[in-house]
Amino acid sequence: MSLKNQSIKKFFNELPRNIFSGFVVSLIALPLALGLAMASEAPPIAGIIAAVTGGLVVAFLGGSHMTITGPGNGLVGVLLIAITSLGLTSAYAAIMCSGLLLMLLGFLRMGKLADFFPSSAIQGMLAAIGLIILGKQFHIMLGNRITADSSLGYLIEIPATLISLFSLTDKGLIYAAIIGVISLLIMLFYHKVRNKYMQLIPAPMWIVLLSIGFSYYFELILKQQNPIHPDYLIFGIPQVAEIIRDLPEPDFSLIGGFSFWSSVLALTLIASIESLLSIKAIDKLDPDKRRSNVNRDLKALGLATVGSGFLGGLNVVTVIARSSVNINNGGTNRSANFFHAVFLVLFILLFSTQLARIPLPALMAILVYTGYKLASPDIVKKIFSIGREQLIIFFVTLIITLEVGLITGILSGVLVTFIIHVVINKNFSLFIRNVLKPNVLMYKESGQEGTYYVSVKHFCSFLNYYKLKEKLEEINQSDDVVVDFSLCQFVDHTVMENLNNYQDLFTKRGGHFEVLGLDMHSADSEHPFAFRKHLPIPNLLGSFTRRQSSLQELAADFQLHYDADNTKEVAFLENFLFFRTKEIDHIFNQLIDNKMGSDIFDIEFSEGEFIAKEIIRSTMMHIRLDSEIPEFTIDREGLLERFYSIAGYRDIPFENHPDFSRRFYLLGDDEQAIKAFFDTELIHFFESNRYFHVESNGKALLLFSKERLASLKEIKALLDFGHRLKQVIQNK
Amino acid sequence: MIKPFSTVGIGITFSPNLEANLFEAARLSLFFECKLILIHVGPRTDEKVKTFGTILESFVLKSLDFELVFQEGNPVDVILDVCVHKKIDLLILGALKQESFFKYYVGSIARKITRNANCDILLLINPSVDRVPCQHIVVSGLDDLKTPSTIATAFYIGHQLKTQRITIVEEISDHELVIKTDDDKALKKTNIAKERMRLREASRVMDIVQKIDKDMKSGMLVKSQPIFGQRGYSIGHYAQVARADLLVMHSPSKLSFWDRLFPHDIEHILTELPTDVLILR
Repeated sequence: MSLKNQSIKKFFNELPRNIFSGFVVSLIALPLALGLAMASEAPPIAGIIAAVTGGLVVAFLGGSHMTITGPGNGLVGVLLIAITSLGLTSAYAAIMCSGLLLMLLGFLRMGKLADFFPSSAIQGMLAAIGLIILGKQFHIMLGNRITADSSLGYLIEIPATLISLFSLTDKGLIYAAIIGVISLLIMLFYHKVRNKYMQLIPAPMWIVLLSIGFSYYFELILKQQNPIHPDYLIFGIPQVAEIIRDLPEPDFSLIGGFSFWSSVLALTLIASIESLLSIKAIDKLDPDKRRSNVNRDLKALGLATVGSGFLGGLNVVTVIARSSVNINNGGTNRSANFFHAVFLVLFILLFSTQLARIPLPALMAILVYTGYKLASPDIVKKIFSIGREQLIIFFVTLIITLEVGLITGILSGVLVTFIIHVVINKNFSLFIRNVLKPNVLMYKESGQEGTYYVSVKHFCSFLNYYKLKEKLEEINQSDDVVVDFSLCQFVDHTVMENLNNYQDLFTKRGGHFEVLGLDMHSADSEHPFAFRKHLPIPNLLGSFTRRQSSLQELAADFQLHYDADNTKEVAFLENFLFFRTKEIDHIFNQLIDNKMGSDIFDIEFSEGEFIAKEIIRSTMMHIRLDSEIPEFTIDREGLLERFYSIAGYRDIPFENHPDFSRRFYLLGDDEQAIKAFFDTELIHFFESNRYFHVESNGKALLLFSKERLASLKEIKALLDFGHRLKQVIQNK
Repeated sequence: MIKPFSTVGIGITFSPNLEANLFEAARLSLFFECKLILIHVGPRTDEKVKTFGTILESFVLKSLDFELVFQEGNPVDVILDVCVHKKIDLLILGALKQESFFKYYVGSIARKITRNANCDILLLINPSVDRVPCQHIVVSGLDDLKTPSTIATAFYIGHQLKTQRITIVEEISDHELVIKTDDDKALKKTNIAKERMRLREASRVMDIVQKIDKDMKSGMLVKSQPIFGQRGYSIGHYAQVARADLLVMHSPSKLSFWDRLFPHDIEHILTELPTDVLILR
């Protein structure tokens, strides 16, 4: 069969999974699109239009594989200014112009644009956007609609709104506030509950479903009016026919004005930065290890934005939270983005009257949570741990963005970073004389392995990082690379962070990425190293928690070696299927049994990105095997797995062991080898023991029972099960 | 093969480096079996003649033939003038060291000479009284008409100085790669194109090496290394990384005002000398 036929066949095989994933994404996209549009003071349908045009256009023309496009949270601040200062129809014209500029960026191959900004400045800008969203929507969430004259003004009013909450008299407003608070609580605590059935529907959709249910409860059962104040209900969800009839006419009359073009520039800048950052983050999670064509994506996003603006929608950008939900639900290619748009259209077609029952505070709670995530204290803490000077950059950008505007904010962030670099090095000419020099040399060393050698001269910071990146991009990520900084006097935080990302990417894709020559720099302690500060924090005073002392006792009892410290050496876990779409942070509390070749540890890993990010801690067991076995995954057969099997995963059936087939869900590429491997003895072993999730990567087994830390008793059970399983396998 | 050099010239002044400079020049003249011409900008005095004579005493014993030229005027003009009159074909110039860092650059006078001289030029970064063996020569293998003679000269020098290793570096500029790396498909194409270029360059260079006398190559490890980067700059970077003792390259055909404003090729090397550099005309 030709390669093309094969890929077409693969596409159709994976279609059900992508339809399913697109459906789940549309569940989270619907409330976000409505909320983001309302937060930008555009009609709620504008968000949906952006998501639909984005999904339809980018799915066909885009250059990335797993991303979802739609209205972005980063743009809320700019859109708000554009709409309030220009008016809605002129804002549509500005959106269309920014779409054209975005396309131009794509044609000029400016996908590297986002590399020119120091990462702390970008963080500061995003945090400012988060605060703009949070500040404005917080009041609506609590049933107190106010107007302040600046973003800071809204933030300052927050305590007043909280106090006034207790003196609310209007029953409609009280209900609105209660709905807002409950919705916020759902957003906050949703990821704490690891219930498979609850997790099927994303938190924002729970909020939508519950609030629609609430209004029906009052109407149909209590036979009363919806108790929420009518001002706090979503308004104007039009029928599809109305959308087409009432096509807004973009008003280009302000095109000569300064404020028009400053809006266009801000929209383009933020749209491209948000998209580029999202694409970069999502590429890291792609289980198929593809790399995105960012320039092509920019062109597609630009075209989608022009279309969206023409139809009365917002800017289309690549959005990180929805894209990560897509990956977690098994999306494999751009068709998931397409189906997410199709489902959104279906929602509007079928449920536009129901959607009008959604209370505003519920939607705003989702946005408040989004805003909080962008500006959460964790980010400040992380930046502080990298270095104090990064905190200065962060706050300068943050405050100027809030006070003056996005473009001024990010530019001042760039300026402050440069000044700080000059001050740290006490050397201005180092930067001025060398900024334009081609300071990166790359060649492939001769020999069998052919390691790529990259040497960097003078300095490497956000100013000339793109030169290094250009070279690194030309290397296949399954090859070996050595980056040598010994001729380089200064390497900044942005570069270190990006190199760290490359290191992850290369490890994930089977390559090797090594950074050399920085030991000489350690002399100047002011050197901002991103991950030096991230080294495991040793247990202060050597005091153990209760669990840790019990683990120590258990280790002594079972003659295991106990190590409580965090370690980042987790490469041995990378090639397990389970971790393909997850990022492992570290492992700790290791119980090592050298005799059996097994290792039980607590692990911290994360799933998804941004507001869909969930940090999970679990206890797992890793057993090295002496001989090779097929790769497989076996787990308890449940509703979720049945669901997945509809979506294209295939359970390997065992005709002779119907009970086993019913109770267990077995997955693997090489069906024949697995069938041969699972003989009667092994099947009986699984049937007669407790359920564990067992995975083989060919050379080792990974076992765990639940996605949370295990108790002592559970650890003992895991230990016993693992060792007996190894014996059964070894005896074959 | 024909001897590339017959007369070596060096400009001298009374500086702390005088002895080291003279020693290097005299040693090279002996190695290349050349006549040495010492150019001094200033009036002739017996005292000066005596000083230079004493320094070179040990070399004269080894049958060094040298001549002193005294001439007053602008240093740049004087040296260029003497180069023409005395038919000097290798001019030695000392580089300056940047404070605090081990970085070398060519001073303004030497730079003017380099740009305008019509003989070969050797830029020395740290001349020394004792001999430092030259173990590794990096030579430019650009696809250029001058390249075969450049490589031949490099082999001649390597042979005379008993160098163990010669690396021929082909600089392939990014502009030759038409494909831009955007995604995996393009990357695959780029890598194939690069591999093809690499093979093409390697066979071109090996053809040149084949034509060189066998005894010139004996006892020498010859390697070719393609690098991807900016012409004239990356080779310096490579020489530095590969810890070469001498970099041999030929000068571009003509330097205009724009070349100085937007430095490229040789101008890059002049601002940061990676090692001793021999620039051939």
